Amino acid sequence: MIDSDVFVQALQDVGVNFFTGVPDSILGGVIAELMIRGVYIPAVREDEAVGMAAGAYMAGKVPAVLMQNSGLGTCLNTLMSLNLIYRQPCLLIVSWRGQGGSDAPEHRVMGEVMPQLLDTVRIPHRTLTEKTAVEDVRWVADTLRKTQVPVVLILTKGVVKGLQP
Amino acid sequence: MRPEEGTLISRAQAIATLLEFLTDQPVVICNGFPSREAHKIADRPTHFYMIGSMGNAAAIALGVALARPNKQVVTFDGDGNVLMGMGTLATVGALRPKNFVHVVFDNEVYGTTGNQPTISNVVPLDKVAKSAGYVNVERVLDRDDLVYEFKDMLKKDGPSFLLIKINEFAEDAGPVVHDPPVITQRFMKAIAG
Repeated sequence: MIDSDVFVQALQDVGVNFFTGVPDSILGGVIAELMIRGVYIPAVREDEAVGMAAGAYMAGKVPAVLMQNSGLGTCLNTLMSLNLIYRQPCLLIVSWRGQGGSDAPEHRVMGEVMPQLLDTVRIPHRTLTEKTAVEDVRWVADTLRKTQVPVVLILTKGVVKGLQP
Repeated sequence: MRPEEGTLISRAQAIATLLEFLTDQPVVICNGFPSREAHKIADRPTHFYMIGSMGNAAAIALGVALARPNKQVVTFDGDGNVLMGMGTLATVGALRPKNFVHVVFDNEVYGTTGNQPTISNVVPLDKVAKSAGYVNVERVLDRDDLVYEFKDMLKKDGPSFLLIKINEFAEDAGPVVHDPPVITQRFMKAIAG
């Protein structure tokens, strides 16, 4: 299991310097660490968070948005009609609820289709693992720079330490 | 008073007036006629014209304002847009960025899609903004009050919210001619430094 502070430090080390989002339990530890560091700006909806990140990007920041995968549905139009067509990169740190069908019913459909959904809208994505974490974060940074579009780093349950270790 | 009663100014008149008092401030302009008209009246590199992502104008402007706290940031928004992204009024009210000026053109209709009514005739957006925590909130009905209040807001610490009641008239303004990536790049260059 990756410690939240190690994960946040790795993101800051590759230049990410604007953090916003909407919480999820899987992301609890990461958000707590961002709050300890005083760098987390809470949003009320995922499309708002993506919009704020776009503004921050244009003002010179490297933004990240944290969200549950249900939030991908909420912000899909912003990703498609803002980020993708205006070429505005943004790191999306998305928790994978409903993975393998073992979660509350509201997460089943998105949990099942998320990778295909991202492929369909042509958003590059990768799932973080403890073994490949260094490479995963480097891939994120490189892909953001190269593609100038949003990039999703998927967090599954238990890969990054949550609020209760 | 209903906008169609005929004494209100148009959005284009309001935009032209506002732009007289803006120099190098970034201006994020919501999708639809507001962007088209602003582009026609004065196409400045400090303008970020939205063509999609309805409801997100204030969020985008807020991102700019938070990233650049020493720069005054303005957004030109519409009643339909504000209603769609109403949560952002709360986010602005909670974060209270001093450099944030939110201008809303309120004609009580979705003008770009054929003047279907919004609900801003019964939901006063200025009162919502005030309750959410905006520091300076004004509602204006004519050009003289618009000039007075906008000049005043530009001098004050915000967040500020200027609701301009406008009529339903739309200029004969075509789509913004720049490709979206060009809009991004020239806006970034114009507000850098």
